Amino acid sequence: MPDSGAVLARKPALDVDKIRKDFPVLSRTINGKPLIYLDNAATTQKPWSVINRRFKFESEEYGTVRRGAYKLSERSTQLYEESRRKVADFLGAASKEEIVFTSGTTQSINLVAYSFGRRFVNAGDEVVISNIEHHANTVPWQVLCEEKGAVLKVIPVNDDGELIMTEYDKLLSKKTRLVAVNHVSNALGTVNPAREIVRKAHAAGAKVLIDGAQSAPHMQIDVRELDCDFYTFSGHKMYGPSGVGGLYGKMEVLETMPPYVTGGDMIVHVTLEKTTYAKPPSRFEAGTPPISQVIGLGTAIDYLNGIGMDKIGEYEHSLLEYGTRLLRDIPGLRIIGTARDKASIISFYLDAAHPHDVVTILDQDGIALRGGHHCAQPTMKRFGVPATARASMSFYNKYEELDALAASIRRTIKIFS
Amino acid sequence: MSYSNELYQQVILDHNRKPRNFREMPNATHFCHGFNPLCGDDITVYLDVDKDNVIQDVSFTGSGCAISKASSSLMTVHLKGKKIEESKVIFDEFHKMVLGEFDPGKSENHLGKLTLFMGVREFPSRIKCASLSWHTMIGALEKKAEGITTE
Repeated sequence: MPDSGAVLARKPALDVDKIRKDFPVLSRTINGKPLIYLDNAATTQKPWSVINRRFKFESEEYGTVRRGAYKLSERSTQLYEESRRKVADFLGAASKEEIVFTSGTTQSINLVAYSFGRRFVNAGDEVVISNIEHHANTVPWQVLCEEKGAVLKVIPVNDDGELIMTEYDKLLSKKTRLVAVNHVSNALGTVNPAREIVRKAHAAGAKVLIDGAQSAPHMQIDVRELDCDFYTFSGHKMYGPSGVGGLYGKMEVLETMPPYVTGGDMIVHVTLEKTTYAKPPSRFEAGTPPISQVIGLGTAIDYLNGIGMDKIGEYEHSLLEYGTRLLRDIPGLRIIGTARDKASIISFYLDAAHPHDVVTILDQDGIALRGGHHCAQPTMKRFGVPATARASMSFYNKYEELDALAASIRRTIKIFS
Repeated sequence: MSYSNELYQQVILDHNRKPRNFREMPNATHFCHGFNPLCGDDITVYLDVDKDNVIQDVSFTGSGCAISKASSSLMTVHLKGKKIEESKVIFDEFHKMVLGEFDPGKSENHLGKLTLFMGVREFPSRIKCASLSWHTMIGALEKKAEGITTE
């Protein structure tokens, strides 16, 4: 998978009107206006197939997984493991055992910070993150470093919101244990050069976590080609249920890691004196997992595969280009995040109105987008704004919706000027 | 008397554009810093209270959304000349009004123009914007050195 390379805007590669019928919420109105949902970087809407799959599972097939010897439990276990296979194939993992189900990206990163971090990061060691991480990929490393007496290093970004790779080179050394960066910035949309980041970190002897919360829903991912040691994702950002996500880890790395949460299902043998841990992924899946959510996630992946990630990426890029052109022409609007390689996220700041006022006015027009610091306060500080408004597009969005967004922004400016 | 549930009324927009008493107060007897970590609204409220507990002067500085700025501005206008005890009563009425627990249309009140903020109750995510300056004012009166945060 290429890290960069602009995809040219073309005629829609997708039948968007047909796709929109798959998402029931998209036909509702907000404040009497058709819903225009542009907060896809926060969470995505669900297609009928996911909704129906979970309904069927919970009404006809539901049982516990990995422990019952009766039909319902066997069937649930089979479906649960099929989902793991689907995720593994979707990400290009070598085996399905390299996929650990978690509650989402935040828990996946915490799993690595607690399990890998507590075992392999020691006093004087260094962990590298970037200046454009969300808090989920910042705070766990701060806590780890504080606890271990390790040092957190931060890759700076330029004014376009791109990582300064020459500075990254300088941060790497024999002391570097782990590099943890996002694939796509949730606040700016920057697509980071993940392969290059991984290659350089490995050359320094460090492991790499790629936070894929914002990349998995929008581009073809191949973890083996990226060669990352860990890759994290959230189901609810890829048209699946909330409450489920996952961690990909190279088997040889996962095998070296102790459990993170302990309890049932992650053991081979328990006596009162000693417990033998199960192999990955079970070692990291203590307790009863979110079964229905995992199965819904598998269905969401089927849905994405049915459209094709290449087509999704191409169409979303054309939305990004179209939206960027529209917004750039609005006087008093500043786009925050102008990297050459971007995912379909446009963060902006208006001279005339605070982002929270912007989203309140836009909501009156039925337009849902996020205003705030996007759980990325260090990023906001870097660009000298308290917050931004952010439009994040999905393959179910239309050009006309971006026209409506631009009109609504112009109306907002008029109100506050 | 009926009140509007519209959020951005002309008076609010006007106070956002031209906030009143928007200045530091070097000789303040009371001041406090207020911060909303969710949206970054960041204000400081200053009071000059005389020996009879009358607020002789009140001002604010900082940055925030239109609702928080207009609310701060209208608060300063409303509290000047009031006694501390009265300002606490007004705080209570204002706070309950924006939470939807007090209807100034049905009860006697001391809110005056502040009823313009009645519409905030329809926007739960904006209640903290409207009430930040008020909490900060109370924090100043109570000499909260550590400041106020909404979270």
